[in-house]
Formats: sequence, structure tokens, C-alpha cells
Amino acid sequence: MSGYLAVLIFIFVGVGIVLFTFFMSRLLRPANPYHDKRINYECAELPQGNSWIRFNNRFYIFALIFVIFDVEAIFLFPWAVAFGQLGLYALVEMVIFIVILFYGIFYAWKKGVLKWL
Amino acid sequence: MALIEKVPVYAEKIPGGSIVTTTLERVLSYGRATSLWYLLFGTACCAIELMCTGASRYDFDRLGMIFRASPRQSDLIIVAGTITKKMAPRLRRLYDQMAEPRYVIAMGGCTIKGGPFYYDSYAVEKGVDHIIPVDVHIPGCPPRPESLLEGCIHLQEKIKKQKLGDWHKKVRSYDQG
Repeated sequence: MSGYLAVLIFIFVGVGIVLFTFFMSRLLRPANPYHDKRINYECAELPQGNSWIRFNNRFYIFALIFVIFDVEAIFLFPWAVAFGQLGLYALVEMVIFIVILFYGIFYAWKKGVLKWL
Repeated sequence: MALIEKVPVYAEKIPGGSIVTTTLERVLSYGRATSLWYLLFGTACCAIELMCTGASRYDFDRLGMIFRASPRQSDLIIVAGTITKKMAPRLRRLYDQMAEPRYVIAMGGCTIKGGPFYYDSYAVEKGVDHIIPVDVHIPGCPPRPESLLEGCIHLQEKIKKQKLGDWHKKVRSYDQG
């Protein structure tokens, strides 16, 4: 239980620093909002319409497929760093892991979600 | 107006309260002068010199200057290059979208008075002073990185001398013409 106390303190300090920074910047910064300052930044062009629009649902699937690569990278980097001590067993295990992930991509490919209509 | 700019109003009422004000001013202006983050805004050949200054040989970073790709994070705009009449409202919009207090460096002849386009051009804005309030002008076509660095140091000295509320006064007088 005492091990989790450190986590709790970490969370409180982390949140505390953010809140403190926001408070300090509120104290120091000039607050002068006006229309031209508040409009969306569109590389200095006048924005067309609202930025709170519905995005195409297909972006979601692409994001999901991207997560596959993301997770793969998260596991691959520590594995690569510690590869010297792990040996052949880890190599085989990682190959199996990547094959499973690639199976997911091929599944999505075959389903036709990579095609943008 | 920031909360901190109301401090002088109350501090001056107490005897010796001006010590608080002057100390605060010095701390604030020191922070502002030594962390000028500039907006990437290169419209012509001056931008090449600006890039060179930002790279390792001339090392802008030692002045505390880092480029930002968004006006929301920057408080300095180095206008590097010719500003056409079509670009002018965009420049003004970018300036408006930057964080306050914001500063302007006009780099090169084009931004000062139109440069080589002064006589025979219908499209070039003859000086960015018409659009935004400029703090430092750097002559040259284009200016060498050394002169850009010197201009930035001049701007830093200028900011360090600023009192609380000076910036707003200056901009207000510019807006009124």
C-alpha cells in the first residue's frame, strides 16, 4: 500500500504544478481579448465556418489502425534496448507479436477500410 | 490589462511602495526581453537570412529566441521580406492573433520603405509601419545575420527599459494614428 502513496503524491504534485502555472500566468499575462484576436488561426486567412464541425467517420478507423503501429512502437523500443540480455526467445516472441499485429492490418485491408471513397 | 498591472495603483499609495513597482517592472521586463519567441514569418529573401540566424552558426537560441509556428505562442514577429498589398491584412491579422505584449522587428529595406519596389510597383506596401507598430528597423537588402542579432539585442534593451503599461500606451497611440 505504501508503494501507491508515492503514486498519489506524484499525481497531486503533477496536478498542483499545472494549476500553479495556470494561476501564475493568469496573474502575469495581459488579458485583452477582442474579435480579431479571438478568431481561429487559419494561417492568417479568414476562417470559413465553425471549427466545431463533424468529421468524417472514416478518420476514426484510420486512427484505430494507427494505434496498431503506436502500440507496436511502445513495445518494440524497450525490447530493442534490452535485446542484448533477452536472446533468441525474445526475438521469436516479438516476431509472433508483430505477425499478430500485421494480421490485424491485413484484416482491415481486406475489409476495404484503407480505400478512401 | 493584467492583474499585475494594477499593482502600481495600490502600491504607490503606501509610502515606499514604489520599490515593489520598480522591482516588479524589472523582473517582468527581464523575463519578456530574454524569452522572445518569434513567429515564423518569411515572405522573401530576408527569410533566408532569418533561417541562417536561427541555425547553429549564428544561434538565435542564445538570446532566448525560439521560432514558433503559431502566433498564439509568439510575442515577436520578425517581418522578413516584402509585404504586398494583398499580404498586408494577413500580416495585421497575424499580429492581432499574437500574445500580448507583442513586438515587431521590420527586417530589410522592403519592410522599412518598400526597398527596391519603392518607385515602380503598384503591389508592394511601402513600409510595414502602415500596418503594424514597428519597434526596431533593420536596414539591409537583406541584412546579414549579425545585423539581425544586433537588432534583436536593441529590442531586448528597449523592452528592459519598459515600464508597466508602456506597451499598451504605445499600441493605443499607434491605433489612433
